[in-house]
Amino acid sequence: MDAIAIISIFVLAVFVGFEVVSKVSSTLHTPLMSGANAIHGVILVGAIIVADHSQTNLELGLSLAAIILATINMVGGFVVTDRMLEMFKPKKSADKGGE
Amino acid sequence: MNSTLYSLIGLGAGVAFILALKGLSHPKTARRGNLIGAFGATVATLSVFLYVTPTHGQEVGHSLPLNNFWWIIGAILIGLVIGVPAARKVEMTQMPQLVALFNGVGGGAAALVAIVEYLNLGAEATTAEVIFTVFTVVVGCVSFSGSIITFMKLQELMTTRPVVFPGGRFVIAGTLVAVLGVSVWVVTALGTTPLLVLAVLSLLFGVLFVLPVGGADVPIVISLLNAFTGLTVAASGYVLSSTLLIIAGTLVGASGTILTRLMAEAMGRSLFGTLFGAFTAKPQEASGTAEERPVRSGSADDVAILLNYARRVVIVPGFGLAVAQAQHTVRELADLMISKGIDVAYGIHPVAGRMPGHMNVLLAEANVPYDQLAEMDEVNPTFGQTDVAIVIGANDVVNPAAQTTPGCPIYGMPILEVNHAANIIFLKRSMRPGFAGIENELLYDPKTMLLFGDAKASLTKVVSALKAL
Repeated sequence: MDAIAIISIFVLAVFVGFEVVSKVSSTLHTPLMSGANAIHGVILVGAIIVADHSQTNLELGLSLAAIILATINMVGGFVVTDRMLEMFKPKKSADKGGE
Repeated sequence: MNSTLYSLIGLGAGVAFILALKGLSHPKTARRGNLIGAFGATVATLSVFLYVTPTHGQEVGHSLPLNNFWWIIGAILIGLVIGVPAARKVEMTQMPQLVALFNGVGGGAAALVAIVEYLNLGAEATTAEVIFTVFTVVVGCVSFSGSIITFMKLQELMTTRPVVFPGGRFVIAGTLVAVLGVSVWVVTALGTTPLLVLAVLSLLFGVLFVLPVGGADVPIVISLLNAFTGLTVAASGYVLSSTLLIIAGTLVGASGTILTRLMAEAMGRSLFGTLFGAFTAKPQEASGTAEERPVRSGSADDVAILLNYARRVVIVPGFGLAVAQAQHTVRELADLMISKGIDVAYGIHPVAGRMPGHMNVLLAEANVPYDQLAEMDEVNPTFGQTDVAIVIGANDVVNPAAQTTPGCPIYGMPILEVNHAANIIFLKRSMRPGFAGIENELLYDPKTMLLFGDAKASLTKVVSALKAL
């Protein structure tokens, strides 16, 4: 990939990243952090690619360790975020409120 | 699958992550946002199995399936077996440290990917690729070891106070210089040994970087390390020519940086002060010498009587409430007071609990109606008309020292101004200071009454005493 394309993607993604979270109430800080945390678990994709490229046992061992860690990060991250958010959601529609 | 389709799927996953972050920023769409993110990540992971990324310097990859296919599947299964139960079973009170841990392993994964890629790069590697690889190793290792330390602090496996030792700042600065020096060595000498040295030094730096951070600032550091991990993922994306990793990593890096700043603002902390506390912090004794001073402690009946004749009561829940699992009992008390015509609100400090928003999650779990939860800016002006403020297992977030004592570790942090209420009730286990380790003058105030004991047991007693009145 050529450098300009990569820089373009990078710069645009920075601005999108700034923009999407710039107005968020403190109530959602924790779930948002947790969700973003899960998203960087896609390093799993990179870990699988290097496992495919591995030539030696050392490389394979390290990539498999990376796959395990990345899976924990990604799947665990999304599951725990869902658990946090589950507590917000049903009450708002089901609860009759305290008035 | 051809490379165009593969790239398009990657782009789709990138869009899913943008929608996920956008969704997560609003209460109504948050859960859906998270699911969209999970969907994007799953699709992206599946797509790697259908397209072989060419090794360095090659035009096309080998034919399917992937090399080491079953090893890869096995490793993913192990990850699932560890990650899913951990995420499902964790108590909501311990969630912040789990997030820290997940972030740490993500950083570790990125560092490992970079190390393997480095071993693979060989002679054709461009300088830019080597630099990005070195960046990933350094930052990934810092994120890994730093997150482990934040985990240990939150889990209270080690002291929550800043760990500062004589000459500490020189050790940290020295380690940083060494990391940078060795990085240059790796880039120029291209060897396995320099890389190993670099990884070890970076791990050490991560530990030293987080040790001097005080308990209350730990969430900010987790958020920052989260952003760091994002950037390492983006850098790996460059080396592995994966647009998806570049987009996802950059998004997390950028949004994580903003989030870190928002959190620091909510806590009234300067980001700079938090991060470079290591360089400025002096070893410090717990402020407020532990001389015996008289406090006014009362019984559950005293508290019930006070509440019975109040018109407005504000409940200030803190982490102690969550530890005692007293969310349900406090709701019972609130419902009882409302049935007696008392105006009840919960005053939620932005960082009540251990992380911003943590308390909202805990109270939502106990079915506390959302409209009774008042944010700090809303509730502070009303304390003047409040008859009783009940502080349950909170300390630092109501400590007036944050407004009156320049130089104390929480100075400048916005607080819930319960000191303006006519009466203050503290439910505490002991006189032990809060997470930040600072004495609270309010406990000795004449209008304060203390009710010692486990928050849940005390609240249950207050509820039955109030029912009897």
